Amino acid sequence: MSVAEVFAKAKADERGALIGYLPAGFPTVDESVELLKALVDGGCDMLEVGVPYSDPVIDGPTVAGATDVALRAGTRLRDVFSVVERVTAAGCPAVVMTYFNPVLRYGVDAFARDLANAGGLGMITPDLIPEEADEWLAASEAHGLDRIFLVAPSSSEERIAKTVAACRGFVYAASTMGVTGARDTVASAAPALVARTRAHTDLPIGVGLGVRSREQAAEVAGFADGVIVGSAFVTAAAQGPARVRALAADLAAGVRDR
Amino acid sequence: MTSIVPTSKASDGIRTPSGHEPDERGHFGRYGGRFVPEALIAALDELSVVYDKIRGDREFLDELDRLHRDYTGRPSPLTDAWKLGEHAGGARILLKREDLNHTGSHKINNVLGQALLTKRMGKTRVIAETGAGQHGVATATACALLDLECVIYMGEVDTERQALNVARMRLLGATVIPVKTGSRTLKDAINEALRDWVTNVDTTHYVLGTVAGPHPFPTMVRDFHRIIGLEAREQVLDRVGRLPDAVAACVGGGSNAIGIFHAFLDDPSVRLVGFEPGGEGVATGRHGATLSEGSPGALHGALSYLLQDEDGQTKESYSISAGLDYPGVGPEHALLKDLGRATYEPVTDAEAMEAFALLSRTEGIIPAIESAHAVAGALRLGRELGPDAVILVNLSGRGDKDVDTAARWFGMIGEGESAAEASGTRIAEGSPAGPSDEAAGSLAGPSDEAAGSLAAPSDGTAGGHE
Ligand SMILES: Cc1ncc(COP(=O)(O)O)c(C=O)c1O
Repeated sequence: MSVAEVFAKAKADERGALIGYLPAGFPTVDESVELLKALVDGGCDMLEVGVPYSDPVIDGPTVAGATDVALRAGTRLRDVFSVVERVTAAGCPAVVMTYFNPVLRYGVDAFARDLANAGGLGMITPDLIPEEADEWLAASEAHGLDRIFLVAPSSSEERIAKTVAACRGFVYAASTMGVTGARDTVASAAPALVARTRAHTDLPIGVGLGVRSREQAAEVAGFADGVIVGSAFVTAAAQGPARVRALAADLAAGVRDR
Repeated sequence: MTSIVPTSKASDGIRTPSGHEPDERGHFGRYGGRFVPEALIAALDELSVVYDKIRGDREFLDELDRLHRDYTGRPSPLTDAWKLGEHAGGARILLKREDLNHTGSHKINNVLGQALLTKRMGKTRVIAETGAGQHGVATATACALLDLECVIYMGEVDTERQALNVARMRLLGATVIPVKTGSRTLKDAINEALRDWVTNVDTTHYVLGTVAGPHPFPTMVRDFHRIIGLEAREQVLDRVGRLPDAVAACVGGGSNAIGIFHAFLDDPSVRLVGFEPGGEGVATGRHGATLSEGSPGALHGALSYLLQDEDGQTKESYSISAGLDYPGVGPEHALLKDLGRATYEPVTDAEAMEAFALLSRTEGIIPAIESAHAVAGALRLGRELGPDAVILVNLSGRGDKDVDTAARWFGMIGEGESAAEASGTRIAEGSPAGPSDEAAGSLAGPSDEAAGSLAAPSDGTAGGHE
């Protein structure tokens, strides 16, 4: 299934899509595969496989702590591709979420090639703006990958237009100004950001940063096409796949409650 | 004979384009640019616009010049280091005395400019990273002067090896947050500052302390430091009657080096040499010689050289000098290296400390350990170039902050002892460990709040919403 099909299916069911994030290699490579599969078993429509990076400046303590565990356990980029391969082989649609330097170092085209070969559908790039993305734009065309750039509450109309024009698959709306981490309330800036983004694109819009409960998932699914959950799953992962599956099921119910 | 040299003013560095500008999006050749979250782009755009505006704003420029004259103490002198030169093959070594600036280093050049800009943007809160603490002290100083709230991120390792500067920042009213992630040094302090900034960007300006980071920082910070080279070039011409053969500077992020190099970029006869922290020797892997040993990549918002492994994970740097202990470097240096216009060489801890001792004893100048790397480099250049050579050295900072480290290095004190204890004097009052009642009282004056913040420095973590 392509990213577009994932969102189309959710739309046909009149619900939001649920997208679950966990880092590859957390707490070990094998366990991360089990945890990612548990996300889908619980009801996630798509996976966001995190690439561990030494300097995760847009992540709060939960995700940064998890990726640090993965790095200390010796997770390499080749392990990320193998995780993607194993989860997609099990039938789970997956994109990767990565800071840009690992991609640059690997070689942008080589990274795209190996990601596509592993069955990955695209890449979310939290510290790459379209203006700096020429190589990635070309590589994603060459290897048929989706490109997910971010828009933020501080983005001007002009920037939103430029960013969504460079996106393919979906648009990631970072709902708060801040780092990743579960929050008690859905950021008040989120609905307005989604509405502003909607004015510039027909692509589906996923909202991330902070969702952790069924109620929040329902609220976000009320105005966005996809609900992206990360930190809450990372916290749940400490208690194993069963807890992750249960949380995914709860949130999957949320995106159907809207 | 009274000399009127130098005539250059701090504002000249920003008012007059250098002729070596990046492209519109901040690229120096392939380097630089903006590798940051979208959430920060609006703030960077605003900064670019405001910076461009003040470049032609007489009132702003006059205020900057006034502060640098009456507060910083510019121009900084040029000192002939005759006796040091005897150890450098007889070469004539000239020291550009940025150590004599208020707060003790070149960092104030940039900080006063950015603090005034913060006011212009209507922001009320300032954050900064610091390694050696010199940038943190300069920032805390400017914030005290201009009534801005000030939060400084500093790696926990650095808060220990530069404890004096932590105390200075707290005395100046800043909150110092020890960063406990990663290598607990400068790189991690920048990560934490970026997290704070993305969260609080509406009210907060990030006073980045070097010529790294996303556009426009590498250009703007450089321009605020161009005064170093503009003054020095005039001073050398006046003193010696010709240009120097070589200019030496230490390179952490690269701000003092670019500040002095820039005035000589169009003088092809002048060799520009940056000295990087070689730590325990580049062969040991324990060093911070980014340009000598690194490869191109994106870190902290710009494409430049960095120390990284095969997977693009940043490698931890190491140096005895906290201010040079950084695995990245400013993008303009990456371009100068590729062009061959400047060259970069490592200097080990041992070489730097030898130069530290030599300058102290021959000239009566205790340099910052960062700057001692440049002095060691000048000794090397002098021996290579011979007795007719004239070598200009950027003495970027003074060594008060490093007295403990140096005393330990030279075996003057034992483990766990401080230099002040070993010499029989008491540690300065108001040290962060526990100010005496008397000190707290006299410092606090009428305000309880001040006493409280001195007695119990804030130790929170920032940014996150966990
Ligand atoms: C005295 C001194 N020199 C040099 C540096 C290194 O910074 P840069 O390379 O940006 O000049 C520092 C940084 O803390 C410093 O305090």
